[in-house]
Amino acid sequence: MPKDFEPTRGIGASSKRREDIRFLTGSGRYTDDINLRRQTHVFFLRSDVAHGRLTGVDTSAAEDMPGVLKVFTGADFAEIGGMPCGWQVTDKHGQPMQEPKHPVLAHEKVRHVGEPIAAVVAETLAQARDAAEAIVVDIDELPAVVNMKDAVKDGAPKVHDDLTSNLCYDWGFVEENKDAVNKAFEQAAHVTTLELVNNRLVANPMEPRVAIGDYNRSDGEHTLYTTSQNPHVIRLLMGAFVLGIPEHKLRVVAPDVGGGFGTKIFHYQEEAFCTFAAKAVGRPVKWTSSRSEAFMSDAHGRDHVTKIELALDADNNFTALRTDTYANMGAYLSTFAPSVPTWLHGTLMAGNYKTPLIYVNVKAVFTNTVPVDAYRGAGRPEATYQLERLIDKAAHELKVDPIKLRRQNFVTEFPYATPVAVEYDTGDYNATMDKLEEIADHAGFEARRRESESKGKLRGFGVNCYIEACGIAPSNLVGQLGARAGLYESAMVRVNATGGLVVMTGSHSHGQGHETSFAQVVADMIGIDENMVEIVHGDTSKVPMGMGTYGSRSLAVGGSAMVRATEKIIAKAKKIASHLLEASEGDIELKDGAFSVAGTDKSVAWGDVTLAAYVPHNYPLEEIEPGLEETAFYDPSNFTYPAGAYACEVELDPETGHVTVERFTAADDFGNVVNPMIVTGQVHGGLAQGIGQALLENCAYDEDGQLLSASYMDYAMPRASDLPFYDVDHSCQTPCTHNPLGVKGCGEAGAIGSPPAVVNAVLDAIRSGGKDIGHIDMPVSPARVWEAMNV
Amino acid sequence: MTQVKMTVNGKPASGEVEGRTLLVHFLRDDLELTGTHVGCDTSQCGACVVHVNGNAVKACTMFAVEADGAEVDTIEGQAAPDGTLNTIQQAFQDHHGLQCGFCTPGMVMSAAALLKENPKPSEAEVRHYLDGNICRCTGYHNIVKAIMAASGQEVSALAAE
Repeated sequence: MPKDFEPTRGIGASSKRREDIRFLTGSGRYTDDINLRRQTHVFFLRSDVAHGRLTGVDTSAAEDMPGVLKVFTGADFAEIGGMPCGWQVTDKHGQPMQEPKHPVLAHEKVRHVGEPIAAVVAETLAQARDAAEAIVVDIDELPAVVNMKDAVKDGAPKVHDDLTSNLCYDWGFVEENKDAVNKAFEQAAHVTTLELVNNRLVANPMEPRVAIGDYNRSDGEHTLYTTSQNPHVIRLLMGAFVLGIPEHKLRVVAPDVGGGFGTKIFHYQEEAFCTFAAKAVGRPVKWTSSRSEAFMSDAHGRDHVTKIELALDADNNFTALRTDTYANMGAYLSTFAPSVPTWLHGTLMAGNYKTPLIYVNVKAVFTNTVPVDAYRGAGRPEATYQLERLIDKAAHELKVDPIKLRRQNFVTEFPYATPVAVEYDTGDYNATMDKLEEIADHAGFEARRRESESKGKLRGFGVNCYIEACGIAPSNLVGQLGARAGLYESAMVRVNATGGLVVMTGSHSHGQGHETSFAQVVADMIGIDENMVEIVHGDTSKVPMGMGTYGSRSLAVGGSAMVRATEKIIAKAKKIASHLLEASEGDIELKDGAFSVAGTDKSVAWGDVTLAAYVPHNYPLEEIEPGLEETAFYDPSNFTYPAGAYACEVELDPETGHVTVERFTAADDFGNVVNPMIVTGQVHGGLAQGIGQALLENCAYDEDGQLLSASYMDYAMPRASDLPFYDVDHSCQTPCTHNPLGVKGCGEAGAIGSPPAVVNAVLDAIRSGGKDIGHIDMPVSPARVWEAMNV
Repeated sequence: MTQVKMTVNGKPASGEVEGRTLLVHFLRDDLELTGTHVGCDTSQCGACVVHVNGNAVKACTMFAVEADGAEVDTIEGQAAPDGTLNTIQQAFQDHHGLQCGFCTPGMVMSAAALLKENPKPSEAEVRHYLDGNICRCTGYHNIVKAIMAASGQEVSALAAE
């Protein structure tokens, strides 16, 4: 939205973030900042081999070490539930996926480097760590499976002895389309084929995970403080499926959380352990992950290997798409892992294009690696990368302009039902592409290329489009697809007697600025100052219910619940106002924080009405109850479909293979925007993660399953000097048609939309140097570029 | 255990520490100054940057006993006693230079050290100086912008947004 037209408050204003004050002054309250009275510390002894049979865990020496309260092993948890998986995928034969037990502490076998084997609870962390060194672990090492295609071969070592193979599921989508798709390929005028890797990543929120368990013997209540994006989900999963604690005896608190990016959605063993151990030792138990532990215990992301094919007719119209993907699950099924390569990936394979026939095959595979689950974008970056790399390759094979080929095949009429089960409600892909070409100064590229070449450098320009399905999700739909949870959101709005509001939302904020933007929405609806609205989140004892923050759903789903609850508040307040004004309810108008009678000068202030609700001396007691507090649950009727077009311009040094991103432009359609400043910031962060994936980041294992990139010395996190200023626009707005705010979600777009643009730009630069290498895998490191150009 | 005494944010502070206690843990656990964060274990991320005798230091690279007698400044001492943000803190809020806030204390302390030695840094100089501070949320755009703005430079035309 152009700055000149930005409102100064309410919806559409770039209100400064209120949460910044505590973060900028060191007053934030992150989980590791919490220390409970009589707290103890736990250190987890983790497997240093990828696969092996546990033949002995001797804790006797450790138990005698100074400060040690208790040492736990897998045997202590053998009778307790495993870590549950929240999504069951059905394979192409109609059979459920293979679902192994995931123990809290390894029992009988270890299946990945970093799997916890034993846990030492001691007075101090240093004592716990010292004692862990005294534990004697005997492991009969077994051959590890790391490569997915090797893992599904006959005779491959099995990660789980009780499963039939390492294949979790073989999913076909849409299975009924398969023959028609194959036929379309036989009749195609041109077929473009591409094999690619979507590199394994580690989410790396800057705050490592922390869990503190506490147990109150007087009332039998458990409390877990944890770094979670969805404390209510943790309460349900851990209470119902792992430890057998009813929800009314379990409180989960996720206070300030230092970034999530998906990896803090999941229920982890350390949470269940600290909750369990606090009761067992009779004192609070705290665990703080080190960064090295985070690398081998936080769920990883991506890790797909794909062959994708596009069929085109003689006029370059897309006629069919076919994919064959191997998706790494790691050693166990993390909470939402099975949904990522299937329903969050296959359903997006149409992209922004009207390809009539699509077939997606995904083989999910167990390996001796850390579990893989959702990471910013979750399935949608994998879909976008395949499709947008493939279209670029097709354009070059056919010698047509890549932008023109995309425009020719854009979906232009809405609603549009794709052949992969979703219906796009709104969009205007030509508008975002027009905006992109303008802001990216596509027309000026050739001059910039000549300038680079005059310095001995190569320059490349790459574009791509993206679409994502956000605002997850209609509960009845995801239930049919295998979700073991509803995906609504709740909000409770409590109005105080003096007119201030407290909004309890199930959407957790861990960097997204909800405390500011959610307050803008409610204040705007009533016409009061934003500072009169307080947003409360992250504590199951305060918020009625919540499904949490992921999939760019907070404003679209959580915000909609908040709007619905506020609408109920306003409806009741109008009844009270009509009584106070002695007018008919239908004539009452709410504007700028005052109720008035239409066509008169009679009015009553918001605060007078709220006071009457709690001091009901002059009040229609026979018609309505006192008080002003309402709850709403909002279950969306469809996904939302943010979309856009991205352009990357790189400079490449042919001497070294080093690539620098010189310009990056993003033109997004997020529907309506509540706080443009925050939305722009979300895009920036996503772009950095996407560019990081394309150029720098790689989670690497060796063939024995050793994790080679387990610290910031080895895993290349993007730094300030790796990245440019980004040009970001979200003025193309086709509002969502089915939620009350018309919003679509913006949190993941940058990470979804940027990797193909970077790789397309690098290939363009290499081509301009006279060599067409066809494809290069991410991360596009100097070594890979140099090798591709010179070997 | 060893007795250490230092001046932290202008006030005397002391405690008993083990030889292996890092300065960052002394600040967080003994002095309850939890604004200084620990984001890694290889001295890469910079979430723990404080000033020791006026120099930016990663508080995870220093034992508490090494700071005995030193003047230590942390994020908690940056705003005025009445809560008014200093120029750098205010610029971070004005330009949305933080999201989850976890790297922010280290960023602000590094930025202060940069502007002390280079009052008008270029974009490239800011990016180079932040090599030891990792942010996963902002993509650095608004951090760089905030630091340049705090140095008094005009930043409104740096990029389309």
